[in-house]
Amino acid sequence: MQVPIVTFRLANGLSVTLSEDHTAPIVAVNLWYHVGSANERPGRTGFAHLFEHMLFQGSAHVGANEHFEIVQRAGGTLNGSTWLDRTNYFETVPSNQLATALWLEADRMGQLLPAMTQQKLDTQRDVVKNERRWSVDNQPYGTWWERLPALAFPSDHPFHHSLIGSMEDLTEASLEDIAQFFATYYTPDNAVLSIAGDFDPAEARALVEQFFGLIPRGAGKPPLPPMDLPEHFGSWERLVVPDAVMLPRLFLGFRAPVFGSDAHFVATVLAAILGTGKGSRFQRALVRDREVASEASAFTFDLAKGADLMIADVTARPGISADVLEVEVVREVDRMRADGVTENEVQRAVALLETALVSSLQSAGDRADKLSMFATYFNDPSLVNEQTERYQRVTAEQVTTLARELLGEDNRVSLVYVPANSLAEHPANAEVGEPVGASR
Amino acid sequence: MRPQAGPPRDYRFPFFERITLDNGLGVIVAPVHKLPIVSAALVVDAGAAAESPGAEGVAQLTARMLLEGTRKRSGDDVSEQFERWGAAVGATADWDAAMLSMTVLVPHLEEAMALFAEVLLEPAFPERELSRIKSERLAELLQLRTEPRGLADEMFTRFVYDASSRYARPEAGDVASVTSVDRASVERFYQARYRPKGATLILVGDINVAAGVALAQQLLGGWSGAAAPATVVSDRPARTTHAVHIVRKDDAPQSEIRVGHVGLPRRHPDYFPALIVNALLGGLFSSRINLNLREVHAYTYGAHSSFDWRKAAGPFVVSTAVKSDVTADAAKEILLEISRIRADAVSEDELTLATSYLDGVFPIRYETTDSIARGLAALTIYELPNDYFDSYRANIRRVTAMDVLHAADKYLHPDQLQLVVVGDPTVISAPLAALDAGPVSVYDADGRPER
Repeated sequence: MQVPIVTFRLANGLSVTLSEDHTAPIVAVNLWYHVGSANERPGRTGFAHLFEHMLFQGSAHVGANEHFEIVQRAGGTLNGSTWLDRTNYFETVPSNQLATALWLEADRMGQLLPAMTQQKLDTQRDVVKNERRWSVDNQPYGTWWERLPALAFPSDHPFHHSLIGSMEDLTEASLEDIAQFFATYYTPDNAVLSIAGDFDPAEARALVEQFFGLIPRGAGKPPLPPMDLPEHFGSWERLVVPDAVMLPRLFLGFRAPVFGSDAHFVATVLAAILGTGKGSRFQRALVRDREVASEASAFTFDLAKGADLMIADVTARPGISADVLEVEVVREVDRMRADGVTENEVQRAVALLETALVSSLQSAGDRADKLSMFATYFNDPSLVNEQTERYQRVTAEQVTTLARELLGEDNRVSLVYVPANSLAEHPANAEVGEPVGASR
Repeated sequence: MRPQAGPPRDYRFPFFERITLDNGLGVIVAPVHKLPIVSAALVVDAGAAAESPGAEGVAQLTARMLLEGTRKRSGDDVSEQFERWGAAVGATADWDAAMLSMTVLVPHLEEAMALFAEVLLEPAFPERELSRIKSERLAELLQLRTEPRGLADEMFTRFVYDASSRYARPEAGDVASVTSVDRASVERFYQARYRPKGATLILVGDINVAAGVALAQQLLGGWSGAAAPATVVSDRPARTTHAVHIVRKDDAPQSEIRVGHVGLPRRHPDYFPALIVNALLGGLFSSRINLNLREVHAYTYGAHSSFDWRKAAGPFVVSTAVKSDVTADAAKEILLEISRIRADAVSEDELTLATSYLDGVFPIRYETTDSIARGLAALTIYELPNDYFDSYRANIRRVTAMDVLHAADKYLHPDQLQLVVVGDPTVISAPLAALDAGPVSVYDADGRPER
């Protein structure tokens, strides 16, 4: 199965990918800006994400909240999201609304600042603070996705700090920060645009030229600090976090090969053998056979810079302590490291990865997002068509070799959540976590 | 300048053929040849609504047990085999049906369908797996005590429905009922409810009608029996006057708020006007409640309303999470918006925000074989007409501002609203008491009233 791909680049540096599919009269527009929380300056954690909110607050020709209203009135769906090293904005609309979707994206890429006001910033700051309360502070285990990167990346590494940001840093964000961030990062040469679905290529190209062609190129962005990391952590750090939870939960992390590398395909298969599907090792051993876990999975973060993280995420069954849980999970990891994997296991993992990929490519929005991802990270959207084959090339021997390198005791971090009232059970050598919200 | 849209291209929901096998099994095949993938769904009248009192949870446990072993192979082997073919398989029950579902690439379709039929027709219900699956459900219930969103949802339905209604208790059962389910009750439920007459197999994707029907006949043609019609669940409200229920979560940085009452059954003649009322009130990002609470007051990350459509009347609910110190202010705005949409007709401009959204987004909802299969499942579960999808968009466009006003007036009941808040009583009790939203009671995380 091959996704059709046409690429071109505007004079101002905007890289564009078109992928036609006329099975339904709908079209997806997807923009990735190559900026994320990694680009934040000290004292401004959470800013990239706050900025994403501001992009829905109007631009020169679009009123406050009108962006959402125009797309929904057109019969479309839309959103945006912020990640460690990119921010994306996307809508899927009826195909006769393609011009409107492109015009909206171009208006905010070209002329955001006239619409920015202190009041809008104050409102979105409070909205984001509520997003933090909702997804992190008032959610069991909610701090994991800022604690784990903090444990796994050195304190001076751009992936170390919180993506959602601290309350203090959010309070400090100003309109000047908005203007500067916009001028530096929201430029056509720091973005890629993908259009997937029902459109006429000549017409789409003309619309892109018309709406985006006159937006000036940026002056260049400051380079990220060095992202490269040693292949292994070099030790096994542990953090025990008492939380308002009923059951212990362990996140066991491993430094892994960077996304896009040959070795990363192997790591993805390894993670799927450990923890994707009911036939995975974790499900069979921890949930079904030994009955120590109520939930168990493993996955890669898919970070495309420096190094990736592989995570085992396992929640205890009632009555199982955090210590027992960790011993049991580590036993499975050690078993894979010692004995390797079988061809059957690799086949199972690759078959599941393949079905998941084909399933997601049915949706124009998912297709456009993948094209943007490969264009942003590797300057080559056609990589989407190589994914299946590259998974199929992975052998049991490669997974076994990688397991030996990756899963060693010098390449682990443990983040352990324990019910706050069971503090006494901690291993004596563990460091107990600081209260939430005190990131860097 | 903002561009003008040209005329939309025609769209039709995928063509499907609906037949009945001799044993009474319904079969629906929808050929969609975009990618080499097929989704299958077997829908059976074995949801929570079909449970007997005391056995709450048996529907979900029975559905899950389908994948835990057959007379020919263990649960491990079942999963291993499906996954070797790359088949994504699930079995679950909701209020109105149980569903066994699968998505698989075409090269493995036939062998995966044979195993799909085996787990459906020859489940073994091993004791040990049942006991494990029960304890997984008990773990889920335990975790709910510290999970404010899920806790608020559960407490809300408990306070809205009369204790005699099945809807007052959790869909997948509570501690007492789940604990009491044993292998014999699962087997009994299976024998009574999993029968071809009343069940439907749905196949969507890269397969033609003749091949789909032949596959159904070959694999499920020998299945026999009929399920007794499920009794209709009572949707009686717990009370007909408004009240405030605070569920204690000390030191909570946010309050999880649920406001609502008993809503409407799925097959209600005013389904379409009610959809538009909800879209404008809280269903869309640009709805009144979300814009008020999020964009005007910045009380929340988001606020949303919905009708939960079931065979009997599921709840209507407004949901949000707000900073603790503005809990009563936020609740007051929600109550105001509910009153406002009942008082004055919406403008033509506001009306078309909802109608053009629901009309336009229709094809986007059915991009994947899995979403088409789920749409067809709803068609069979709620016995909707065969032209339901083809007439959907016209039915949306037909709704007028007066229809919206009438529906809001008739189906939203300010004097019956139950306001449920999971939060810190020391911060929120007094302001909520001053709201005139009914008497305030405080409960612990298990729902026991505090004095």
